[in-house]
Amino acid sequence: MLQPVELPDEIHVGTVIDESHSLASVSDKVGGIVLRRKITLGWVFGLLISFAVLQNLMAGATWLLIKGVGVWGINIPVGWGFAIINFVWWIGIGHAGTLISAILLLLNQSWRNAINRFAEAMTLFAVMCAGMFPVLHTGRPWLAYWLLPLPNTMAMWPQFRSPLLWDVFAVTTYLTISAVFWYVGLLPDLATLRDSAKTKTSQVIYGALSMGWRNSARHWQRYEKASLLLAGLATPLVVSVHTVVSFDFAVSIIPGWHTTIFPPYFVAGAIYSGFAMVLTLMIPVRKFYGLDDIITMRHLNNMAKVTLATALIVGYGYCFEAFFGYFSADTYERFMIWNRMVGPYAPFYWMLILCNIITPQFLWSKKVRTSPGILWCISIVVNIGMWLERFVIVVTSLHRDFLPSSWGMYWPTIWDWAIYTGTLGLFMTLLFLFVRVLPMITIFELRMLLPGARVKEPVAQ
Amino acid sequence: MSVHASDQTLSTPLHGLMAEFETPGQLVAAARKTRLAGFTKFDAYTPYPIHELDEAMDLHDNRVSQCTLVGGLLGCIGGFSLASWVSSVAWPLNIGGRPLISIPMFIPVTFECTILIGGLTAAFSMLIMNGLPAPYHSVFNVDRFVNASRNKFFLCIESEDQKFDRSATEAFLLSLNPEEIAEVAQ
Repeated sequence: MLQPVELPDEIHVGTVIDESHSLASVSDKVGGIVLRRKITLGWVFGLLISFAVLQNLMAGATWLLIKGVGVWGINIPVGWGFAIINFVWWIGIGHAGTLISAILLLLNQSWRNAINRFAEAMTLFAVMCAGMFPVLHTGRPWLAYWLLPLPNTMAMWPQFRSPLLWDVFAVTTYLTISAVFWYVGLLPDLATLRDSAKTKTSQVIYGALSMGWRNSARHWQRYEKASLLLAGLATPLVVSVHTVVSFDFAVSIIPGWHTTIFPPYFVAGAIYSGFAMVLTLMIPVRKFYGLDDIITMRHLNNMAKVTLATALIVGYGYCFEAFFGYFSADTYERFMIWNRMVGPYAPFYWMLILCNIITPQFLWSKKVRTSPGILWCISIVVNIGMWLERFVIVVTSLHRDFLPSSWGMYWPTIWDWAIYTGTLGLFMTLLFLFVRVLPMITIFELRMLLPGARVKEPVAQ
Repeated sequence: MSVHASDQTLSTPLHGLMAEFETPGQLVAAARKTRLAGFTKFDAYTPYPIHELDEAMDLHDNRVSQCTLVGGLLGCIGGFSLASWVSSVAWPLNIGGRPLISIPMFIPVTFECTILIGGLTAAFSMLIMNGLPAPYHSVFNVDRFVNASRNKFFLCIESEDQKFDRSATEAFLLSLNPEEIAEVAQ
């Protein structure tokens, strides 16, 4: 899709923003994408394709509601098929957004400013896609409110000792806090759009959305405090969400799931897949919207480094899974890891090793890290690899557990694929709409990066 | 530099007088002088947060943090109480004689409730203390104020201030070397 760019002799990865920008030019450039840029054929085409793919979700969900979860490939022994695989995959993708917006804010990493808005939007959309799977997996989504601790005529309550209930709390909190953090971050930029909008309609819409934000210093002071607090709260939250997701597995007694390494291994995998998805999306956006002066080589380089670091943690996790299987001296654990490597799903396992451990090693090279085309291809491979990882974890542990008489195989049906591809369509549709109606880069934080934004008080006369 | 404030009529009640500056440094210096001159009801408007203004304007409102702490604690207590009440009073399940209030198993829900209520309190207390949503505000009556969200820096001394005096305040603002001074209609 994208051609690798010609590398200059000296690779420049220094600045976080092109220094020729001014306060006015960043506002006009980012705001202009929303307010003034013509709707291009490419965007319409992309939106239509995504919207068409989204129809798979409608078809898949409709058929599921008519017939029940039997239309999926799940059965005993594999009761957790695509629904859980895709849930974990999507939630993991979301984690990079929170990492970029919260953890890097606390660590004072100014390079996050150009990518946090987009990454947070990605988080929100990914969590929406993720949330759909467990709800549909209940088989009766109209009764999904039974998951909540609400007084009801049956006088029944949820089980607070179950990781599945923890998931409900973790994911809803995650979605809520991500949405609030994102919207708080949007307020000043919506005010910028309101002030530079030329038509009455856009002035009214952005005016209402900006809540009358007026850039007051007294407001900024509380605003910054609230942002910092939200970042401080979102940081342990993002770690907790995937930890709780991993508890869904680790608290059970299934071979291959019942391990203490799962929480850190899942969190690292989540950040790994999330950064890969940010790269997958940002590289084309940067190219098509000409944002390479704002999303610079330094950003791509840094994101690639985080991807590599988390790839190594994930690789460590794979090694230790295998080692635990051997070292436990437990027949079932040993068989599980053996079956994973040479059993009927072995091609998936070795593909996953190829995608998640071998491929990211190319990122050691600075040339690769600063070639958007190659980086984009690697990010796609990592996305596929992380999906395979969840497939391998879910399916290989379940399909051959303790009793050989209850062994079985799992293969997804066309309806599994319809819903999975449908959520991809939903994700892309929302992203296409997002880049046209909201500023995809945090304008006010970009301003803070500019040399002209620094305070140099005139010498008192 | 052009000054047109005095050209306008005084028929409408004033919200205040607004000075426009070109650089953040000028604004910070002006804000400090304004505070030292004894004004209390004034505000600076900037396209991005300027931390130097906190010192210059003596801003140290810490209530958002305090509210968040209280919200987080309430969420913490609420989450744990919910889990305990449901598991011991509303729907007690005796599973092999294990304790009804099984503290380690309640930690995840307690934690998530802490974050949820704490985070919502941080966001909403910030909005409430800032008086948002604000459908109308006088500062927008100044035409050039749209640049406050783009590339200009404004300082507005409000007529509610006890020291405010139409001509004396204008003279004071002029002494700060602004680009422009404007009357802010109410």
